[in-house]
Amino acid sequence: MSRPFVFLLRLALVALVLAFLFVPEAFRPLLEPFAPVGAPAIYDRASLLDLTISHLLIVVAAIVPATLISVALAILVSRPIGAEFLPLSRAIVNIGQTFPPVAVLALAVPVVGFGTWPTLIALFLYGLLPIFENTLAGLTGLQPAVAEAAKGTGMTGRQRLFQVELPLALPVILEGVRISLVIALSTATIGSTVAAKGLGEVIIAGLNSNNLAFVLQGGLLTGALAVILYDGLGEISRMTAARS
Amino acid sequence: MIPRPDKLGAPMGALLAVALALPLASYRANRIALAEARGLFEALPAVWAAALLACAVATIAVALFVRPPAIRLAVPALTLLLLLIAIGVAARMLMANGADYARVAPGTGFWLAGFALSILITDAIVRLKPGPFLRLGVFALAAAAIAAILVTGEWNALSILAEYRGHAATFWREGAHHLQLAFGSLAAAIAAGVPIGILIHRSERLKGPVLSTLSLIQTIPSIALFGMLIVPLSWVAANVPGASEIGIRGIGMAPAFVALFLYSLLPMVANTAAGLSGVSPSVTEAAAGMGLTSRQRLISVELPLALPVILTGVRIVLVQNIGLTTIAALIGGGGFGTFVFQGLGQTATDLILLGALPTVALAFAAAVVLDAVIDVLPGAKA
Repeated sequence: MSRPFVFLLRLALVALVLAFLFVPEAFRPLLEPFAPVGAPAIYDRASLLDLTISHLLIVVAAIVPATLISVALAILVSRPIGAEFLPLSRAIVNIGQTFPPVAVLALAVPVVGFGTWPTLIALFLYGLLPIFENTLAGLTGLQPAVAEAAKGTGMTGRQRLFQVELPLALPVILEGVRISLVIALSTATIGSTVAAKGLGEVIIAGLNSNNLAFVLQGGLLTGALAVILYDGLGEISRMTAARS
Repeated sequence: MIPRPDKLGAPMGALLAVALALPLASYRANRIALAEARGLFEALPAVWAAALLACAVATIAVALFVRPPAIRLAVPALTLLLLLIAIGVAARMLMANGADYARVAPGTGFWLAGFALSILITDAIVRLKPGPFLRLGVFALAAAAIAAILVTGEWNALSILAEYRGHAATFWREGAHHLQLAFGSLAAAIAAGVPIGILIHRSERLKGPVLSTLSLIQTIPSIALFGMLIVPLSWVAANVPGASEIGIRGIGMAPAFVALFLYSLLPMVANTAAGLSGVSPSVTEAAAGMGLTSRQRLISVELPLALPVILTGVRIVLVQNIGLTTIAALIGGGGFGTFVFQGLGQTATDLILLGALPTVALAFAAAVVLDAVIDVLPGAKA
């Protein structure tokens, strides 16, 4: 597919999502056939725009600290001082990723109760692993020659880290953030089963009341958001990769 | 002179010490009443409490100052075993002077100690650098220990098993549904994904579009995909003759199966293609030189060489499917998710655990077993 075509496709998807969020009424005729007779075709218990914003806020609130902490941890275990933790941290990442997001979410509820907190915790914990894994891969996968050359120019360990290693590892780190964000967006949808405010609410309301119109609008909206986010971040990491 | 304490042993030892001070068990007058904390010496007979304390202190000492990995594995493992048995003893003792409806569950101290011990054990295993057979052996031993504790009824007084007795019949039925969905969709994904992988390995033109379409499907949140598939499948059930007779319905297992299948395609297709393109050209040329046809080359040379990478795809899919199958419960597809979501609905922690723990255990077992199988294969990266 040609670049301008892909660009137009992206623009159209974003425009469609925005149109649906700001004037959902315009889409009523399309959704009406899927709603049971007499039931509303557009979700009416909360504004779709509000739900989308709080959905995205939860994701950001979990992934920003997850990124900071996991990048810091990955830097630590890739330095000589933390090298002892390297094999263990790899094992923990492997084991941790076998835990299903739903289980993490459900297990957080007995500890912190219902609402936004269990979702935030699950999203945060789940976000750590891919970013940590990718940062570590990015930092340890550098050509030894690069590190040697940097050393040869007389750079200190700190300078090498910030001026050479991290910039070179950036595309791989961003790829990890992208994976975490997409998982978080999906897990936040499940968060609605524990009363977090988000778009999952629309789908679950639809499932509970047999209203396929709700299921479709919630599903298409979250699906479109995930695709836009995944695609946009992919573009950003391609740009950083091309630059470095 | 005291040697320098181990870098990992220090925090984990500290965590274990904190865990000893926290409540070992929690007691509730009935299933949904507020929990009351019970400390180590309140929850256990004095002998048990002292034994557990001694083992924990020994573990802390080993974690701090002992180097040989075998000892670092054995001591925390024994402590963990004792902890697992002790929680059953604690539950029996607390239940003995409680009402019939009382519930005893592991407390924060138990979970924290279990966590610290698991990290120490994992660290020791990693330091031992075990081969695939040793890993499987350790795993089988751990599984056998848990099974023995369950079968001998050592945990019967614990609240999660009280919950199990209330749901015994449905537990195994939902478990069977869970496995059917996870393995069934895996089988379908292998049957479709491997040929597609071979196809895109041979056609560079198809590769990009196929892989990006499949990754787009993977980005769609699971509840959304499960839910949206209800629409086309209801239509098929209503309009295609014979479809509803073979069990295709808008809700239930059919949309769950299709959703899991769609999610599974990307790892299968991508790994098949990656495995095939990793086969060195000199090998395929040699095979061609021996007069093997393209089909023979594929079946007897390329696919066997690509097998470790393809199996890595199977591992990803299986672990992912076991986890995602929990979502199927939301659309009436059954599985362990049924208990998770019922438990969330009733704010019944034990019911949540009854669904979540088997799911986590299954996913973990699938990962350990398949990782070992992949390492055993010839040509696997050591």
